Amino acid sequence: MLYREAGQFKSTYGQDQQIFPILQDRVAMSALLLVAFVAVPIFGDQYWLSAIITPFLILSLAALGLNILTGYAGQLSLGTAAFMAVGAFMAYNAMLRIPHIPVLGAFAIGGLSAAAVGFVFGLPSLRIKGLYLAVATLACQFFILWLINRVGWFSNHSSSGVITAQRMVILGYEFVSPASKYLLTLGVVGAMALAAKNLMRSETGRAFMAVRDMDVAAAVVGIPMMRTKLLAFAISSFYCGVAGALYAFCYLGTVEPEAFTLDLSFRVLFMIIIGGVGSILGSFLGAAFITLFPILLNFVSKGLESVLGVEMNHAMVSNTEAIIFGGLIIFFLIVEPNGLARMWQIAKEKLRLWPFPH
Amino acid sequence: MNFFLEVVAGGLLAGVMYALVALGFVLIYKASGVFNFAQGSMVFFAALTFVSLTERGWNFWLALAVTLAVMVVLGMLTERIVLRPLINQPPITLLMATIGLTFVLEGLSQLAFGSQPHGLELGIPDVPIEWLSEKWNISISQFDLFAALIAGMLVTILAVLFQKTRIGRALRAVADDHQAALAVGIPLQHIWTIVWAVAGCVALVAGMMWGVRNGVQYALTFTALKALPVLILGGFESIAGAIVGGLIIGASEKLAEVYIGPMVGGGIESWFAYVVALLFLLVRPEGLFGEKHIDRV
Repeated sequence: MLYREAGQFKSTYGQDQQIFPILQDRVAMSALLLVAFVAVPIFGDQYWLSAIITPFLILSLAALGLNILTGYAGQLSLGTAAFMAVGAFMAYNAMLRIPHIPVLGAFAIGGLSAAAVGFVFGLPSLRIKGLYLAVATLACQFFILWLINRVGWFSNHSSSGVITAQRMVILGYEFVSPASKYLLTLGVVGAMALAAKNLMRSETGRAFMAVRDMDVAAAVVGIPMMRTKLLAFAISSFYCGVAGALYAFCYLGTVEPEAFTLDLSFRVLFMIIIGGVGSILGSFLGAAFITLFPILLNFVSKGLESVLGVEMNHAMVSNTEAIIFGGLIIFFLIVEPNGLARMWQIAKEKLRLWPFPH
Repeated sequence: MNFFLEVVAGGLLAGVMYALVALGFVLIYKASGVFNFAQGSMVFFAALTFVSLTERGWNFWLALAVTLAVMVVLGMLTERIVLRPLINQPPITLLMATIGLTFVLEGLSQLAFGSQPHGLELGIPDVPIEWLSEKWNISISQFDLFAALIAGMLVTILAVLFQKTRIGRALRAVADDHQAALAVGIPLQHIWTIVWAVAGCVALVAGMMWGVRNGVQYALTFTALKALPVLILGGFESIAGAIVGGLIIGASEKLAEVYIGPMVGGGIESWFAYVVALLFLLVRPEGLFGEKHIDRV
């Protein structure tokens, strides 16, 4: 009843091409943004802001980056965490070595460095495809981490390889409190998500999708394979790099290279599988799911402990978590290979007809 | 010169160990087109099951038989629960399902048997062979040779299975074309069950070999990741490729570790194999023995 576009006529091309063509969607999105920008920082609990919501947003950005590469351009990558590491360490070095550089400038340098690395490691994609490429991206994951560990320059020759993120000051305002860090993250993530959404609606995005659906056919109709694939790698790694910089500056504070292991790459990959491959919304839904799920599980196990009166040790909980996690991924792939984003779409379709059957 | 030969021989024999893990991947890929990321955790699971049984005082052969049975059951369950509902999905979906399976297996094995490392003893000492070191001054571990022997036997058995038996022909038919195989009456599900069970047995052998060398512990799953460059080097579809790829990766990795490693500060074994494989791929995108892929629109 409420969610229906009846009576909303599009009379200009501009209206036809807007991201949310239905009024109700626009209202809902504005409300969501209002809540995110105003209500959450005011009423949000400190712990939730710094330990759950901020990392959720940052990981959404990383998932978005991977989704551009894997979901839109069809190049499977297992090196996401390495790109994030590049972003984090290069942003740190930019802050350290370039005097008076603005924080956002350092983030951009982190992202651009990651993009350069992505460009280089994207070169094999011109020759090799599919699963071979996935394994090849593992080379990037291991090599980059080794390099950061080995070359002292990256961590400013700290003996443990750990870096501490510098103070973040924009226009004289220092971002210290969880709420301010959250707002900074939200601003960056929101802007980049909007850019990604628009990019995917443009010629570039359509070229990505053509390459994903069938690269030979795409080449035949005149899509430049080299430029498209390398661009996909560069853009995706830029997103991952910025996410890595945010991860270091707004979430972790002190970072060691071991924060960016293959495990993180897998986690981001799971986010896009569960959220929806080839969907901007899916990146956020998947990240939310993966971030919240362990908390829920923890909650349940705590509850079980108090009900049953048995003490579950840490290893048991984490192993059970792994089992449920893996099982859930398989379950999702079987039940809804297109992820949460597809479920959301189906729900909207249903809602449009409700309460009538047809 | 002696030292060089020793390094090469050691590398080749280490490569055999990689090849053992890679074999399991190839089997499953050949028959079902699934890139089984869970092979590493299957190796871990098998080795951990076996070692836990022997530590409980079970007879060696009894433990072996029970573990084999467990792996066969695991293969059947995987086919039934994971693969069958995912028939006709794109390879990337299947790959991700096996990554999910990895988590389940790793969690399950550690939940069942604990996460502390175990030592494994098969009765073959990991010491240099005396007459070789006396005569030519080359030290080659007895156990490495044993592992190579086992790998050779395994490959022979698999080759015979694939080339000479009815099941083997059915497997190859399925690998060529699922639909055509179904059309001529090959029961796809049975074939997949058999392949996963066989891959489970190969995983057990690999797990036992690695277990003797490094102990049965969680790090085994990372070692199994080393099988991936072997695979892309040799080609996903080729058993011979797995062996040759393993040898090349093993030897080049050891050589690089000894001769290049000190120059850049060591620790390069974590990525060197991948870079070698990557360079190979740039020349031959389908690996050494992989099937030439022709794209049609």
